[in-house]
Amino acid sequence: MDDNKKKTLVENTLFLVMILCCGIWIKNTYYLQIMTFIGINTLLALGLNMLMGYAGQVSLGHAAFYGIGAYTTAILSGTYGMSPWIALVCAVACAVFIALVVGLPTLKLSGYYLGMGTLGFGMIVNILFREWSTVTGGSSGFVGIPMLTAGSISFMSGRNYFFLVWMVVLVAIIFCRRILSSRMGRALRSIHDGENASLAVGVNTHFLKLQIFMFSAALGAIAGFLYAHFVMFISPESFGFMVSVKMVTMVVIGGMASVWGALLGASVLTLLPEVLHGFAEYEMIIFGMILMLVMIFMPQGLTRGLLDIYLHSRKKRG
Amino acid sequence: MMTDFAIPPARKNDEPAHASSFGNDNSRAMLEVCSLTKRFGGVTAQDNISFAIEPGIVCGLIGPNGAGKTTLFNMITGIYKPDSGQVIFNGRPTRKMAVYQLVKAGIARTFQHVELFGSMTLLENVLVGMHVRTRSGFWGAVTRMPWVMKEERQAREKALALLDFTGLSDYAHRPAGDLPVGRQKMAEIARALASDPRLLLLDEPAAGLNAVETDALGRLIQKVKKKGITMMLVEHDMSLAMGISDKLIVLDRGRKLAEGTPREIQNNQAVMEAYLGQG
Repeated sequence: MDDNKKKTLVENTLFLVMILCCGIWIKNTYYLQIMTFIGINTLLALGLNMLMGYAGQVSLGHAAFYGIGAYTTAILSGTYGMSPWIALVCAVACAVFIALVVGLPTLKLSGYYLGMGTLGFGMIVNILFREWSTVTGGSSGFVGIPMLTAGSISFMSGRNYFFLVWMVVLVAIIFCRRILSSRMGRALRSIHDGENASLAVGVNTHFLKLQIFMFSAALGAIAGFLYAHFVMFISPESFGFMVSVKMVTMVVIGGMASVWGALLGASVLTLLPEVLHGFAEYEMIIFGMILMLVMIFMPQGLTRGLLDIYLHSRKKRG
Repeated sequence: MMTDFAIPPARKNDEPAHASSFGNDNSRAMLEVCSLTKRFGGVTAQDNISFAIEPGIVCGLIGPNGAGKTTLFNMITGIYKPDSGQVIFNGRPTRKMAVYQLVKAGIARTFQHVELFGSMTLLENVLVGMHVRTRSGFWGAVTRMPWVMKEERQAREKALALLDFTGLSDYAHRPAGDLPVGRQKMAEIARALASDPRLLLLDEPAAGLNAVETDALGRLIQKVKKKGITMMLVEHDMSLAMGISDKLIVLDRGRKLAEGTPREIQNNQAVMEAYLGQG
């Protein structure tokens, strides 16, 4: 018990030190930018991981919540000149409410109904971004999203934004781990291990799945908010079906039911396109190949797979 | 008043409930099953079953395979809804209650095939069993308010005490899936007890246990009974069922064949026929 707490504290501290080191030592703005995107994607993967890895539900339209977060803040702060921080609250509230409405009927059904429901939902939302051009700017995108400031700190500089995003990631990771070690998290993990038994011991599985769906939508909206104020220009393509698929890929590659897996998956899928620049058109093929290979050789995901290889090699040596 | 629900007319072979030393009209039954019927397609899994269980007793549910014992458990726990008839628990009809509400009202169960949460530790399994008796939720988890931590501490203490009660303390921090089968069966009982049930349904608790483990199980059931928890158990091990039950209900092909004390059942002609074939 106490060992666990200590371990968590050590891991979180290490993570914080790593963030600080990266932020201070990396001078290259391009690298900082990539790292910032990794942070944003980690948030997305974290939320989806809670839903997929623990509640056992796949959302194929999670980019919609990402988009709702981005467009809500863009419209409120860009068009109406509202403070971005108030817009953030609205964005999260909006995403959570929509998740409630979408999740309420679909999560009651068993199997992959949430997957189907969210697939359609994601497409509808994307069409809305594209066609409601008077408000969203349509397919040419939304320009004029203000930059973030907090008091005298401006997040204009890449370094400050990097710190902002990764602090949010740290907080999100702490939240997720706290949830997982709590009564709610235990119930969630019990659904993962055996839904029938979970139901029979008195867990209200529908409500719990709905709650975690709303939580993952909230994380998605926060990621959308950070994305919108970072690039200051958003267009519907950034929140389309392929983005939803990419999010699912991050979770699967990183390792389901693992908080650090979300980080690893997000890093791999953000860095790969950059590394494989020459293959730009074949990006999706390579993603597919990687997904296949990881699934064949490391069905538990990269985190578990690499850990197993490490433990195995140590055993051999020892 | 629940005593108004007349027990439907006894079938020809039935021993009237009054014949047993338990069912006198003044005692308020903990569980009443009233003309319960359940069909799956053309198969009638439960045909007009009625009985009552008095508080504090151990009631054995026996019958050949396919007699409908597990179906009956699934209806009492709210997993299946009956086609007709009803289940009354502590004077309340349970038809409209969801499974988790029934657990909260005091019905807990174990499974025929062990269904522990394999990747979680035994302690965590018992803590999940306590789900309906604890209340911290999302915000509690995130903020870790003092009352949440206090609840967590108390829950852990109670879970450890339960593991001690069931003799599983040594396994508390092991993943439940790694336990030997005999221990897993006991662990399911510990998890079910964690919800502070008033009625505990045990579905073949002795299946897969060796003689020593069956013995330990019998003792555990006696200990649980001493705590005042009413139990119903499906059991194929006749010596165990006869030994610990105060009352037996015999099912055969979805019908109630007989009801009475173990001694009465042993001498019941209809039961003999069902078990040994039409002689």
